[in-house]
Amino acid sequence: MEASDMQIVKTGIAGTMESSDIMVTINKPTGKEIKIDLTSSVEKQFGKQIKRTITECANRLGIKSADITAVDKGALDCVIKARVETAIYRACESTDYRWEAN
Amino acid sequence: MKKIDIASIPHVSELEGIKKVFDESDVYKDYKTCREREQSENKIVPSLEEAIRRSGLKDGMTISFHHHFRDGDFVLNMVMDTIDRMGFKNLTLAASSLTTIHEPLIEHIKNGVIHRIETSGMRGELAEQVSRGLMDVPVVFRSHGGRAAAIESGLLKIDVAFLGAPSCDAFGNANGYSRDNDTGVICGSMGYAKTDAQYADKVIILTDNIVPYPNVPFGIPESDVDYVVKVDKIGDPAGIMSGATRFTKNPKELMIAETASDVIEASGCFEDGFSIQMGTGGASLATARFLREKMLKKNIKARFALGGITGQIVQLHEEGLIKKILDVQSFDLDAAKSLKDNRFHQQISASYYASPNNKGTAANQLDIVILSALEVDTDFNVNVLTGSDGVIRGAIGGHQDTAAGAAVTIITCPLTRGRIATIVDHVNTIVTPGSTIDVVVTDQGVAVNPRRTDLKTLLSKAGIHLVPIEELKEKAMRIVGEPAPIEYTDKVVGVVTYRNSSVIDLIYQVKDSAEE
Amino acid sequence: MMFVPGNNPGMIKDAYIYNCDSLMFDLEDSVSITEKDAARSLVFHALTTIDYGEKEIVVRVNDPETDTGIADLEAMVRAHADVIRLPKTATVHDVTFCDEQITRIEKAIGMKAGTTHMMAAIESAEGVLNARDIAKASKRLIGIALGAEDYVTDLKTNRSPEGTELFFARCMILQAARAAGIAALDTVYSDVNNEEGFIAEVKLIKQLGFDGKSIINPRQIKPVIDVFTPTQKEIDKSLAIMAAIEEAHKKGSGVISLNGKMIDKPVVMRAERVLHLARAAKVLGQEAEK
Repeated sequence: MEASDMQIVKTGIAGTMESSDIMVTINKPTGKEIKIDLTSSVEKQFGKQIKRTITECANRLGIKSADITAVDKGALDCVIKARVETAIYRACESTDYRWEAN
Repeated sequence: MKKIDIASIPHVSELEGIKKVFDESDVYKDYKTCREREQSENKIVPSLEEAIRRSGLKDGMTISFHHHFRDGDFVLNMVMDTIDRMGFKNLTLAASSLTTIHEPLIEHIKNGVIHRIETSGMRGELAEQVSRGLMDVPVVFRSHGGRAAAIESGLLKIDVAFLGAPSCDAFGNANGYSRDNDTGVICGSMGYAKTDAQYADKVIILTDNIVPYPNVPFGIPESDVDYVVKVDKIGDPAGIMSGATRFTKNPKELMIAETASDVIEASGCFEDGFSIQMGTGGASLATARFLREKMLKKNIKARFALGGITGQIVQLHEEGLIKKILDVQSFDLDAAKSLKDNRFHQQISASYYASPNNKGTAANQLDIVILSALEVDTDFNVNVLTGSDGVIRGAIGGHQDTAAGAAVTIITCPLTRGRIATIVDHVNTIVTPGSTIDVVVTDQGVAVNPRRTDLKTLLSKAGIHLVPIEELKEKAMRIVGEPAPIEYTDKVVGVVTYRNSSVIDLIYQVKDSAEE
Repeated sequence: MMFVPGNNPGMIKDAYIYNCDSLMFDLEDSVSITEKDAARSLVFHALTTIDYGEKEIVVRVNDPETDTGIADLEAMVRAHADVIRLPKTATVHDVTFCDEQITRIEKAIGMKAGTTHMMAAIESAEGVLNARDIAKASKRLIGIALGAEDYVTDLKTNRSPEGTELFFARCMILQAARAAGIAALDTVYSDVNNEEGFIAEVKLIKQLGFDGKSIINPRQIKPVIDVFTPTQKEIDKSLAIMAAIEEAHKKGSGVISLNGKMIDKPVVMRAERVLHLARAAKVLGQEAEK
């Protein structure tokens, strides 16, 4: 299920700085891959996992490169996925939602 | 005068110290009145420097402090600043516990004033830095009972104890409150200070409230005190005396508390005349409220409550549901006031509270204790000292002592805290051994230690839903995901002792996150 | 039924903890216009990841006759929500339109038609007057609820502690529900700190015949359970009635009596309902029935 025509046209932000949430900002890529700047309250335990979830989520929507900033306050994986998705759709100004359960 | 010949006393060589015959030069009659003595013959020393000088403090000695002033303590920092200015080095700091307000210790450690530390716990920036390898010598962590035992046996020898007190008279009778000279700043029980005062070589009381002799009731008798220093402020009242600890409204905590009270009711210990200690976390405290309903319904009264005392316990006492209170530390203003006013609310020392050496130790007399935990593993070991990131952020307190002494030990904790699982495969630091933990109550189920087949039967019969602790761990993991293991270096930054000074675990330096 | 705002990760992730019968995730009024997409995504991922146990999962979508509402349905049917709650249901058309959309989506994803249920929320005078037909408008409808806040505004009055202004609506909704054979659910009580007032309202609606209550805070769960749970006396009586029926059937007798009173069908049905509630509240287990 390849996503087509998902291009980042502007900055997309989703999520808040509340506990259990993650604020994700999607920016146009400055390089050729997905760059993630992560600040997390559970950096040591889940830093790698969170980055992996963000990257997988972006890839699934057809995004191969982007500059992503994330401020995490202990969000569970499903919350991270939701926020990344929303931010990407906003950044691409797309409402072509793909609903895939995992 | 009679003529006495020492040499002619039969078996005089066996009579210890009998050598000299009395004469008038042996007499000193004190003609001064109490008032006069108070002015001129007292133990008050004009300054802290002077007191330190007279105490004979030398480089390399051991000094001690209590933590009854909690986050409002000015004493430790004040004394350390003075000691630093006076040029002392390589001291051992044996505090009963350290809190976030003791951050200035970082500088003193870096300057070599403090060489090593013994404490029940530490928090904040100081704890962070220690976890990151600030000190060469590992910090020794002891429980309250373990510290008392170490002091009593001489293992931990205190040279000079610096003890802050809300009230003190000119001869050193010090107390955590005053019945007739209340300045409004009271800390209640001075249980930890009592033990230090009894065994330290030299004891200096710091107070901002010198009261007329005799300051009774006293927590520390003048016979234990060498010098008294008057200072402007011993601490911040807001930090020393938090208002009454409030009942939580958090639905998760209330759920846990209600289940915990059901567990207590079914435990077989819930009879008239039972004894209990309640922790200070939200869920532990709220348990008191649910327990109260059951006590009223079944007309059951507790013979005593022990601990860390809060307003909730005082309320039950004043209602007649708890007959007596044994107080080693008053956690809030209501508890401090009750110690001051209620006849059966008694101040006890750390040794009386929890020393493993005493037969009658209060902690051993407990039927039920409710404790919290940062982490619990599938062997029921509990961690109250380090976080899931391996950084020091708590204190042992009386955890090990009460868990061992109580007939039924209950841990109350949420299954997860944010994205951090409470029930894990292996705790980061073993503080209290699983063999002393009986029941774990979470918002997702109750687990009973397999050693306690008796409790398992009783709780099942009462209809309490029991789950194996592994199942709780799995559930937690499913919710938060699998955490990466914490990376440590080889450097030992903390030695965690059990009550008898045996080493139960080591805390290693956390690796700096040098990613990318 | 506990209400969970759809754009609040903290509450969404903890909702599985509480012992309520159903959870209603809201994408409508508790979510600001700019965050509708965020809430939709959050609830979708939560429903497809978190184990909510045996609770019934209800999602309140936005008006299906808008793009937002359609997008909500596309997501929530795929997320296997048990019930779609339709806000501000005023006419039969509102119900049938939503029904058709759900049917379309179920077909598109190969889900058995009719799997997803619906619940209609009546929030206006027109809705109340049409309640009877609304309740029969779709096979998917399993319940009909009252949304008091908007309703009371539509009436041009405000909510009072006694609930006088809601009396007619409550009765109409209940009649409609019973005539259609579906459940009737009462509105929320917003003053979380007023436990007494809440309990009084729950007792009132239980007496009227309502099947349940919407709540907005976990602290409200226990009072509802307490009011709706049959007393031991009621349970014992109902067990006795069912036992008498058993006896009579065994003997082949047509007339059944207990303690000198005739037991006819309405009595039996009431007894069954009591036992059903008792089992649901877990105060009646297998052993007790012997």
